[in-house]
Amino acid sequence: MKRTLIMILALSCVVVFTGPAMAGQFPSKAITYQIPFGPGGQSDLEARRQQPLLEKALGVKVIVQYKPGGGGSIGWATLIKQKADGYFISGINIPHIVLQPLARGNAGYETDQLKPIALFQATPIGLAVLKDSQINSLEDLIAEAKKNPGAITCGGSGTWSGHHIAHLQFGKMAGIKMTYIPSKGAAKSVAAFLGGHVKALWANSNDLVQHADKIKVLGFGTKAPFANMPDVPTFESKGYKLYASIDRGAGAPPGTPDDIVKVLEKAFLEIASNPDVIKQMRKDGFVPLAMGAKASKEYIMKKIPEWEPVVKEFKK
Amino acid sequence: MLDFALQGLYQVFLPGHFLLLVIGVVMGIIFGALPGLTATMGLALLVPFTFTMSPAAGLIMLAGIYVGAMYGDAIPAILINTPGTPAAIATTFDGFPLSQKGMAQHGLVAAAVASAFGSLMANIVLVLAAPPLAIVSLKFGPPEYFWLGIFGLTIISTLSTGSVIKGFLAGSVGMLLSAVGMAEIGGDIRLTFGFPELQGGIELIVALIGFFCLPEILSSVIGKRRAAYTEKPVKPSLSVIWEVIKSLLRKPGLMLRSAGIGTVVGFAPGAGGNIASMVSYNEAVRWDKNPEEFGKGTIKGVAASEAANSAMAPGSLIPLLTLGIPGSPPAAVILGALMLHGMRPGAELFSTYANVTFSFMMGLLVAAFLVTTIGCLGSVVFSRIINIPSRYLAPAIIFMTVLGSYSIRNNMLDVWIMFVFGVIGYVSSKLKFHPAPIVLGLILGPFVEEGLVQSMLAGQAAGSTFNYLIFRPISGVLICLCVLALLWPIYAKWRSRQKQEIVTCKMSIEKTEGQNEK
Repeated sequence: MKRTLIMILALSCVVVFTGPAMAGQFPSKAITYQIPFGPGGQSDLEARRQQPLLEKALGVKVIVQYKPGGGGSIGWATLIKQKADGYFISGINIPHIVLQPLARGNAGYETDQLKPIALFQATPIGLAVLKDSQINSLEDLIAEAKKNPGAITCGGSGTWSGHHIAHLQFGKMAGIKMTYIPSKGAAKSVAAFLGGHVKALWANSNDLVQHADKIKVLGFGTKAPFANMPDVPTFESKGYKLYASIDRGAGAPPGTPDDIVKVLEKAFLEIASNPDVIKQMRKDGFVPLAMGAKASKEYIMKKIPEWEPVVKEFKK
Repeated sequence: MLDFALQGLYQVFLPGHFLLLVIGVVMGIIFGALPGLTATMGLALLVPFTFTMSPAAGLIMLAGIYVGAMYGDAIPAILINTPGTPAAIATTFDGFPLSQKGMAQHGLVAAAVASAFGSLMANIVLVLAAPPLAIVSLKFGPPEYFWLGIFGLTIISTLSTGSVIKGFLAGSVGMLLSAVGMAEIGGDIRLTFGFPELQGGIELIVALIGFFCLPEILSSVIGKRRAAYTEKPVKPSLSVIWEVIKSLLRKPGLMLRSAGIGTVVGFAPGAGGNIASMVSYNEAVRWDKNPEEFGKGTIKGVAASEAANSAMAPGSLIPLLTLGIPGSPPAAVILGALMLHGMRPGAELFSTYANVTFSFMMGLLVAAFLVTTIGCLGSVVFSRIINIPSRYLAPAIIFMTVLGSYSIRNNMLDVWIMFVFGVIGYVSSKLKFHPAPIVLGLILGPFVEEGLVQSMLAGQAAGSTFNYLIFRPISGVLICLCVLALLWPIYAKWRSRQKQEIVTCKMSIEKTEGQNEK
């Protein structure tokens, strides 16, 4: 009896003392960084850029692991089932993590189950036409769409994706009808657009920057003009409150202790404010972000009421 | 331009760069050969290392991996009936029968030589004519992809050797399987039976391992318990290498056509190499004087498939380097690597960065020669694998299949799917269903669906879906090809009957003549 008591006491001491000590030492072993997409995508490339810098900042190995499928949902459904000890983190993408649970009912996870660590990169979404198009501005496009409802075809990547929701929101705000033609992935939609198979294209800023010499961008879904193309108006400046962008960050399983998230947050933000990284991102048409855990959470949760009515209205 | 090409060659042959290229090729062969590891993964793993290298060095190494992987996938296809990547499906059709005849080395050498030839041809096209071809590639829109997919499906009539109905039945099962998961166009969740894990759909490699590899292992250990994996052991020798090279050189038509098909399918963005090798194999059967030799183990079949899938690789770089549109997943990784080095695809690559670009292209070219050398000499070693007794080899292969199907998406569900497919594949092979049409349906299902749904959406916007689908120049050509492909079996039957009639006529004439002499 006495011995068991001593054992229990000793054990509880161990638990009490190692508990905070472990958090203080975090991380002490390799961290798995899951990419919920296949190798070679933008999320992968970003993780590959961070990998050596993260290892340096955290002092442990970082293993990049792919878990593609379902437009990311398989990976996020995996994330929420992992131990909440900070040794398994995953890339998170907005709007994916908000729109999938909204549009599918059961996506295998809920938006608020993902605990954001930081957001480090944004790619504003823009609407573009080819250089030789008759359309020169948003006004032209809207006038044309009003003349022939449904005749203007807009390409984009995916259904219930950032491009799709921007298309639906813009159509509603401007009171016009255009036809959305989704492709599997941005590369295919860009190819269809450059080949003239669609009249307009919803695309991420980096793709628009890359093909800048062949296209005219009509508007960007940003608050301030997009730095690489300062002459392009924002939708806001034309009177449409359309804010559309794909944001990339990292998240942890639900219930991960805040002090562990803080360690990871610090490492990610340190990389995000590295001048070399910022310079490289800017050049390729990305907008560097350095949004901490709390701000990221607020930003994500704010998007739900913004998109929920749109999904409800257009989903039969 | 010749200056740039020579400059590029010089860069490739700098000792440091050449070493990287060799390492790349060997790594690529390994990544290609292990089912579950893909060229895309090999490239992605290497991207962080190329940061620290000069752009030329990094890209030369990536070139090595890409070309190596395009050959590597043939090794398991020939030896154990498991395509290392989907692009090597057609390689199994003749490669594995060759192994069973004790001619595994012939298959391996044919694959190495054909791979190198395909990539050589396509590289020459890439260097000489990339910009104009890129413009052609953009002409492929949704209707063209739809018809290309339909044309691909007509291959089923060749693949199903016994009964065409069985073939098309298996093809429809494959298309149905391809519908599992999230519809990329429309976003609907289909056939998941309430399991969110199935939203990712069925992974092609998992299906390949299940349908191609497991049934072979099962039949080697169930029933008569074959002591060896194949009926005849292989006796590799160096003289085989020369013999195979000579007999392939005597078939310039086959080689050129296969490489051509691979290049064309490669530069149409999004088509990918999975179809290239099938189309090429199909045409090889169609135009050969002795079509009955195919499927029973001929190096012609292996060469047709491998030349095409290796030609696809440089082909898919055409829209990438000129327009920045990756034609295949590995090309997407290369695009990423280019961007991280601050190079933007397009005209700049051929002017400002021409040095680096041409080093890359020459890297691809030299890698093709390295593949031939490594492949030919390696065949002496690799082919001995199947001499290992079944009781050691079968468990080892099963271990690899589990590892492979898990690692492709880090998903345990995939392993179970692989086992289920394996059992189905074993049973259906007893019922004389070939797995190829199922897998073809699985590959082409999404392709046809995407093309059709996009065409319908765009067609409605333009007024008429029917007109939009049909009255386009490339569509017209593809439709004609589909009709010809469907009519071909009837023509082939008619021709063989005529041949037979002539033979019987001759025989009866000889008979009567003989009787007259009496």
